[in-house]
Amino acid sequence: MADAVIHTENLTRKFGAFTAVDAISFSIGRGEIFGFLGANGAGKTTAMKMLTGLLRPTSGSASVAGFDVRSEPEKIKQNIGYMSQRFSLYEDLSPKENIRFWGGIYGLDRKTLREKSARLLEALDLQEAADTRLSSLPLGWKQKLAFSVAQLHEPKIVFLDEPTGGVDPVTRRRFWDMIYETADNGITVFVTTHYMDEAEYCDRISIMVDGRMAAIGTPDALKDEFGVSSIDDLFIRLVRPTPIE
Amino acid sequence: MKSFRGFVLKEFLHIFRDRRTAAILFGMPMLQLLLFGYAIRNEISEVKLGICDLSHDQATRAITSKLLSSGTFSAKRNLRSPEEIGPAFASGEMNEAVVFEPGFAARLQRDGFCDLQVITDGSDPNVSRIITGYTASVIQDYLGEQYAPFSAPGVVPVPVMLFNPALRSVYLFVPGLMALILMLVSALMTSISITREKEIGTMEVLLVSSLRPTEIILGKVAPYMLLAFINVLTVLALAFMVFGVPCRGSLPLLILESLLFILTALSLGIFISTITASQQAAMMISLGGLLLPTILLSGFIFPVASMPLPLQVFSNIIPAKWYLIIVRAIMLKGADFSYLWQETLVLVLMTVLLMAASIRKFSERLQ
Amino acid sequence: MRRSITIILVILRKEFLQIFRNRGMLPIIFIMPFIQLLILSNAATFDVKNVPFHLQDFDRSSLSAKLAEQFTGSGYFRLTGESFGSTQAIGELVGRRADLVLVIPKDFERDLEVSGSAPVQLVINAEDGFSAGVIQGYTSQIIADFNREHRALFSAAGAGRVFPEIRIKSSAWYNPELEYSHYMVPGILVILVTMVGLFLSGMNVVREKEVGTIDQINVTPVRSTEFIAGKILPFWIIGLGELSLGLFIARFVFHVPMQGSYLLVYLVASIYLLVVLGMGLLISTVTETQQQAMFIAWFFMVIFTLLSGLFTSIESMPHWARNMTMFNPVRHFVDIMRRVMLKGSGLAEISRPLLILCAYAVAMLSLAVNRYRKVSA
Repeated sequence: MADAVIHTENLTRKFGAFTAVDAISFSIGRGEIFGFLGANGAGKTTAMKMLTGLLRPTSGSASVAGFDVRSEPEKIKQNIGYMSQRFSLYEDLSPKENIRFWGGIYGLDRKTLREKSARLLEALDLQEAADTRLSSLPLGWKQKLAFSVAQLHEPKIVFLDEPTGGVDPVTRRRFWDMIYETADNGITVFVTTHYMDEAEYCDRISIMVDGRMAAIGTPDALKDEFGVSSIDDLFIRLVRPTPIE
Repeated sequence: MKSFRGFVLKEFLHIFRDRRTAAILFGMPMLQLLLFGYAIRNEISEVKLGICDLSHDQATRAITSKLLSSGTFSAKRNLRSPEEIGPAFASGEMNEAVVFEPGFAARLQRDGFCDLQVITDGSDPNVSRIITGYTASVIQDYLGEQYAPFSAPGVVPVPVMLFNPALRSVYLFVPGLMALILMLVSALMTSISITREKEIGTMEVLLVSSLRPTEIILGKVAPYMLLAFINVLTVLALAFMVFGVPCRGSLPLLILESLLFILTALSLGIFISTITASQQAAMMISLGGLLLPTILLSGFIFPVASMPLPLQVFSNIIPAKWYLIIVRAIMLKGADFSYLWQETLVLVLMTVLLMAASIRKFSERLQ
Repeated sequence: MRRSITIILVILRKEFLQIFRNRGMLPIIFIMPFIQLLILSNAATFDVKNVPFHLQDFDRSSLSAKLAEQFTGSGYFRLTGESFGSTQAIGELVGRRADLVLVIPKDFERDLEVSGSAPVQLVINAEDGFSAGVIQGYTSQIIADFNREHRALFSAAGAGRVFPEIRIKSSAWYNPELEYSHYMVPGILVILVTMVGLFLSGMNVVREKEVGTIDQINVTPVRSTEFIAGKILPFWIIGLGELSLGLFIARFVFHVPMQGSYLLVYLVASIYLLVVLGMGLLISTVTETQQQAMFIAWFFMVIFTLLSGLFTSIESMPHWARNMTMFNPVRHFVDIMRRVMLKGSGLAEISRPLLILCAYAVAMLSLAVNRYRKVSA
C-alpha cells in the first residue's frame, strides 16, 4: 500500500517465554476503518500498545503515521488519538473541563480550544450537561465524548480499544455513525471489538489467534475465502478449529 | 450461615493470595518494633558541655572533672569568656555551659557559699531541664564528699526503683511501640478493605446478597483478626526475646488483652471505612488521624498525668492509652485481672460501640 | 519552553479541580491537620506534676509529720492515701493510685536526734524510668530542704557548723520559661505538612493507573518532566499554604517566637516539599494499586516520624540509628525549623542540613521522572 499510515513487518512482542504477538505484518491506508478482532488474550491489546508507543516491540518493525515505533514514539503520539477499553476521561471533571485538559495536554492554544470545545459540545448535544460531572452522565454519552476528545488535536489515526463495550445497540449504532464521519475526513480508524456485527461495518478486518494473524481482508472477501455466511461463523471457525460436540 | 462461611473464606483467600501485601502486613510490624525498640531512647548521654572557668582553682578543677567523669557529659569545650556561649549554642556544638565565678574556691571557704551559673540551650526544654538537674546533683555530691565528715547527714533518702530498677527506657517504650504498631496496622488494614470494595464496586454485590450487614462486617474482620493475632504473637516474642522485657504477670492474660485491643483497633478501622467514600480518605484518617494522637495521647512517650486537664480527659478516647496501661501493668508490675478490669471494660465498650455504629451505618446503605 | 509551561499549567489546573471537588478529602487535607496541631501541641510535655503519693508513717512523731508535710506542701506531690502494711504499698503502685510511696521507719525522730541521721524509704514506680528519675530528683530536693531547715534539731555534733553551699543559678537560653509548646509546635507542623504531601502525591499517579486515565496520558506527547512537574506543583502550593497557616497558628495561638527569618523558613520548606512530593510520586509510579502505595507511604511515614527527633532526642539514639536519621528528611526539616524559629539561626548555620535536603530533592525528583515511563520496555 503506497499511502499506508500504519505498516508493520514481523512485529513481535514476548513476555518472558510467552509470545503475545507473533510476527504480524500488515498495512492500513489513509481513511480506512480497520477492525482488529480476536479472542481475549489473543494479543490485540499488546499489538495496539506497540502501535501507540506504550510498549516496545521485541522484534520486527512498525511505522505509524510515518514514524518508527521504536525510535520516534513521541512523534507518533502527536499524530494519534486513543480511546481505551476502560473509559478514560476524568469522571470527576465536567465535559468542558475534560476537553480543556486533554486539548491543553496536546498543546492546543486557548482560542482554538474554546472554539473546538463549543463546536464539540454542540455536535454531541451536550451543552446543558457541559458543566456537570462526567460520573453522572450515561455511558453512551461519555464514550462519544471520549471519542471526540481523542480527535481534538486532529490526529491522522484514531485507535479505539473496544469503544462500545457495555452500551445499548442504538447508542452503538450512533457511535459508528461518528466513526464513519471520522473516516470520511481522511482519518484512519483502528478499532478492536467483541461485536461481530460491528466487524461488518469495517472496511477491512483482521482476526488474531494466539498472537498470529489468522485472517485479513474485507469482510466479504473473508467470508468467501472461508466459505462462511457471517463474520461470527468465521470467527468461531478460526478461534476454535475443531468444533466441540 | 453457609453463605457466611463462603464469604469469610473468600476474604481469607483475598488477603493471603496477595503474597506481597501479606508479607508487608506481617513483616512491617516486626521490622518497626526492632528498629524503634533499639533506636528510641530518652536516656540522655553525651551532653556536650562547655566550661567557662574564671577562677582556675582546685575546687573548679575538681568539679569539672567530676562532671566529666559522671558519664552524662561527653565533650568538654573551654570557653574563655561568657560571650562565647551564644555562638556555641547557635552552632549546636554545645548543650550546656557551666560558668565558675572568679575566686570560686576562696569565696566558698570564706563566705560558706558561692555562685555557679548553669546555662542550657533551652530550645529543647526537656534536655535542658534534665541536664540542669544532673549538674545540680553532681555538685551536691561534690559538696557531700568534701564536707560530709564535718556535718550530720540528717534524713537520708533510700530510693527503691520498683518494676524497672535500671530505669531502662526500653521497658517503657517497647510496650508503647506494641500498642502503636498494632493499632495502626489493624486500623489501616480494615479501613482500606471495605472502601476498596466500595471503589471497585463489589460492595454493591455484597449488599444485594443474602448476607446481613452484621455478617458482612464480621466476615471482613475475621481474617484480619487472624492476621493481627499473628502480629501480636510476633511482637510479644520480640519484646521478650530481643528486648528482654519481662512478663511478670500472666502471659495468657496478656495475650487475651492484646486480642481485645486488636479487636478494638479493627473495629475502628471498619468504622472509618463506613464513614469514608474512598481508599484515600480512609487511609488519611487511619494514618493521618491516628498516628500523632496515638503517639502523643496514649502515654507512649509523654506521661498523660502531665498534660493539661482537657487533654487528659480527651486522651480517654484513645484506645491505645488503655491498652498501654494494661500491658505495662501486666508486663512490668505483674498485675492480675483484679487491677485491670476497668481498663478492660473500657476497651470492650469501645469495641462494642464501634461495631454497633458500623453495622448501623452499613444498614442505612441498604435502605 | 513556553509549550512546557502551558502544559504544566493545564495539569496543575486539572489537579486543583480534582482536589477541590473531592468533598470527602477536603476536611481531611485542610482541617484535620490544624485541629491536630491545636490539640496535640499541648500534649507533648515531660513535666512531672501532681505525682500521686502514698504515705506509710511508722514513726508518727512530730518530725515525721513535718517531713510528710514538706512533701505535700512542695506542690509536686499529692497525697492519695496512708497505710501501714508493706504489701499494701506495692498494691498502691500496681493499681496506679500512687507513683511514690514514702516509708518513714519507726524511731525516725529518735535516730535523728541521737545520731543525726535517719533513713527514709522512697519506693518509686519506675515503669517510666524517666519520670522516676524526675520524681527522685524532687524528693532529694525536698529532703535537702528539710535537712537544712531542721539541722539544729538533729545532733549536737552537727549543730553550729556551717555547711558550705554552692548556689546554682540556672538559666535556659532561647526558651527561658522552658515552654514545651515552643519546641513541639514547629516539629508537629512539619509532620502534618509531610503527611499531607506524601499521601496526596503518593496516591496520585497510582490512582490514575487504577482508573485507567494514565494510558490515555501516555499516548499523548506530554513529557515525563512536564507530567511530574504538573503533578508536583499543586501539592507544593498546598503544602506551602498549610505551612503558612500552621506558622500563623504557631505565632498567634502558641506564641512561638520567630527569632530567624520567615524567608529562610520558606526557602527551606520549598526545597523540603520537593523531597516529600518527589518521594510520593516515586512511590506512586512504582506501585500498581493504591493499597500498595498506601502501605509503603505508611511505612515510611511512621519511621520518619519516630526517628525525626521530634519526640525523643536524636542524641539519645545509638550511633547506627543516629547515622540512619541522616537519611530522614523529616529530621532535617524539624531541626532547621527549630533552629531558625527558636535560635534565630541563619543560612550559614543551617547550611549542612539544607545541603542534605537539596541533594535529596535532586535525587527524588530525578528518580521520579526516571521511573515514570511512558513506554514499557
